[in-house]
Amino acid sequence: MKPQARLLVVITTVAAAPAAEAHLVETGFGAFYDGIAHVVMTPADLLMVLALALLAGQRGTRAARYALFALPLAWLVGGFLGARWPGSGALPLWTTLTFLLAGALVALNARIRDGGIAALAVLAGTLHGFVNGATMGPLGASSLALGGAIAAVFCITAIVAAEITALPAGWPRIAVRVAGSWIAAAGLLTLGWLARTIA
Amino acid sequence: MNPWAEALRRATSLALALAPGFALAHEETGQAAGFLAGLVHPVSGMDHVLAMIAVGLWGAVLGPPAIWVLPVAFPMVMALGGLLGLLGIPVPGVEIGIAISAIVLGAMVLAEVRPPIWLAALIVAFFAVFHGHAHGRELPEGTSALLYSLGFVVATGLLHAVGILLGVAHRWPDGRNALRVAGAGVSLAGLYFLWRAVT
Repeated sequence: MKPQARLLVVITTVAAAPAAEAHLVETGFGAFYDGIAHVVMTPADLLMVLALALLAGQRGTRAARYALFALPLAWLVGGFLGARWPGSGALPLWTTLTFLLAGALVALNARIRDGGIAALAVLAGTLHGFVNGATMGPLGASSLALGGAIAAVFCITAIVAAEITALPAGWPRIAVRVAGSWIAAAGLLTLGWLARTIA
Repeated sequence: MNPWAEALRRATSLALALAPGFALAHEETGQAAGFLAGLVHPVSGMDHVLAMIAVGLWGAVLGPPAIWVLPVAFPMVMALGGLLGLLGIPVPGVEIGIAISAIVLGAMVLAEVRPPIWLAALIVAFFAVFHGHAHGRELPEGTSALLYSLGFVVATGLLHAVGILLGVAHRWPDGRNALRVAGAGVSLAGLYFLWRAVT
């Protein structure tokens, strides 16, 4: 195919793709709080942060500390990347896979090393931050909104992971695994919905 | 350029160009309706309700670790069944399988059958596929698929919790008899569901 023809095909395909119907949550308190609300009101983001915080908390204090800083920092980097190159849109398949994986690891009480938790936090944070940047930027959200989203991620991770690390053995720990299985199950069903929507 | 590299480059370009078409970034719409619809859906069918409670009851009768292994495993396998349904992969005799699940699980509680944990998990997982396949496909218009799925899974988990709480009565002789009667009731209801499914 000639370069001009290929370019025409790409432009036509991109133009034909339906626009993302995202809209930023407006709290009325300004961009920072809009960013906080965005994380809290976006189920895929919230479930991923919760699942990762549960997983980090399960693995102990050091893993929780790694996740506490790796996740928001990666979210920040991903947010800037998404705001700069928003072409890929919301990536629902990948965001679903991240919380599905984290939830399944919680349910299995997987013995992951601290470095593994940090790596997972970096991957998931970059991806979800990227999606935040890509979907919030075109809607006029400023970097302050991204800051709000990161603050929300930090606070949720800190509170949940700290609570989980302090849990005694027995039923409370089992409840954490049940929560993980619920998150993973919701992810599996959502994957099916996405597959059906795409098909 | 290497022909494989060229093909990969073209495929990547096409995938990136199509990706915005997958952007269903309207997570903020229909959230409450989706969650509530999912929450209500499992309790709308008595066959599902009885089987879920029976899972909890059986777990309580078996004691640790089954009391938590079954509720952790069930949602994930049920979601797998839902995923099969959403992908259009048929599972034969779904309604019959659900009815038999009530008969078998009720009989397990009635007879206080204590198989090895792996076998108990396998039995529950087998029936979970039928429940997931039957119930995981119905998303009302204008609702969030993820929150519908989450509500559905949470409701199922809470039904297990009801069974586990009722199973606390197993500590006392009268309570043990009451649980056996409850198991018999679930089995009888299962027979009725089976009769309805095959006629």
